[in-house]
Amino acid sequence: MEGTLTVKVARSEGPVEYQVPARANQTVLDVVSYIQRELEPGLAYRYACRVGMCGSCAMTVNGRPRWTCRTHVAKVARRGVLELAPLAHLPVLRDLVTDMAPFFEKWRKALGHFRPREAPEGEIPDFALIPPASPERQQADAGIECIGCGVCHAACDIVGWNPDYLGPAALNRAWTLVNDLRDGAGAERLAAVAGDAGCHACHSTQSCTAVCVKGLDPAAAIAGLKRRIFWQDPFGWGGG
Amino acid sequence: MGRRMRGQVLLWSLQRISAAVLALCVIVHLATILWAVRGGLSAAEILGRTRGSEAWLAFYALFALAAGLHAAIGLRAIAAEWLGWRGRGADALWLAAGLATAVFGIRAAVGLYAA
Ligand code: SF4
Ligand code: SF4
Ligand code: FES
Repeated sequence: MEGTLTVKVARSEGPVEYQVPARANQTVLDVVSYIQRELEPGLAYRYACRVGMCGSCAMTVNGRPRWTCRTHVAKVARRGVLELAPLAHLPVLRDLVTDMAPFFEKWRKALGHFRPREAPEGEIPDFALIPPASPERQQADAGIECIGCGVCHAACDIVGWNPDYLGPAALNRAWTLVNDLRDGAGAERLAAVAGDAGCHACHSTQSCTAVCVKGLDPAAAIAGLKRRIFWQDPFGWGGG
Repeated sequence: MGRRMRGQVLLWSLQRISAAVLALCVIVHLATILWAVRGGLSAAEILGRTRGSEAWLAFYALFALAAGLHAAIGLRAIAAEWLGWRGRGADALWLAAGLATAVFGIRAAVGLYAA
């Protein structure tokens, strides 16, 4: 691809248009870096790894949340135009940079950290041995590759309507840990992800699954949480 | 789980269960209509079927209860998302609306039974 790209950036002080040389195999992040280096030194954006591992470079690209370091311009530009905006559903710090703190706060609320099983009194704590190929391990592995990029969170309408909703990423993380036999916080975690701000708010529209950069299925994870809670304690009488 | 959270899980479960009940009831209801209109429809014919029939009374009472609860719980979610109506007051209102709808339906079913 040769010629120029028109890049409309939703900056904090208002929309600004830039002309950027089009190159073959250019990623959206390349374009943003070009603007910052050559045209607008004050443009704020964020990235770290550039290879799809860190999850820090997500933005809204032509109306849809994407990881910009792994998104080729050729795939998403419409008639030579790119429209860039910060990720939806998070506070904007400046230009294309959002504050991810509320996003990770939801992970904390969903008990998104591993908590090893307690060993019986007097015994040395040890992890259960779970063969990598076993169905148990595969179930836990299904959603484990999440890089915390916030793309699914930005794509979820329910997050937009109810800012307290934990959202697909945090719930996918919770489901991963619920399925991890080495984890000991199962009941507490199910309680943390239940209710109107948790998995029960999800409408199973699957936008999260459609956009997940790692090809994960947060919608299925959330359905799994609902199912687990339903069969364990359908009327909230106790138990889980 | 706190009490409030339990209530929310309960509502979600009721929503799913009432959906399943409604699916069955609607099928029976439609099948009955198709069957009943074969030779033309009259009030006398309908009452002949429902009057004094505990089975139809139970069926329509269950139908009305499921419809009332299902509609109210669904509207509650929509109002929370679109209008921001949340909290205990809103929940009490929706519960009342759902039960009132159900009571109207059940009253009608009782009317058919006792007519
Ligand atoms: S499936 Fe649930 S979490 Fe995913 S986008 Fe839809 S409402 Fe949001
Ligand atoms: S589930 Fe997918 S889209 Fe969502 S934060 Fe994780 S990697 Fe990103
Ligand atoms: S810069 Fe690390 S995922 Fe894009």
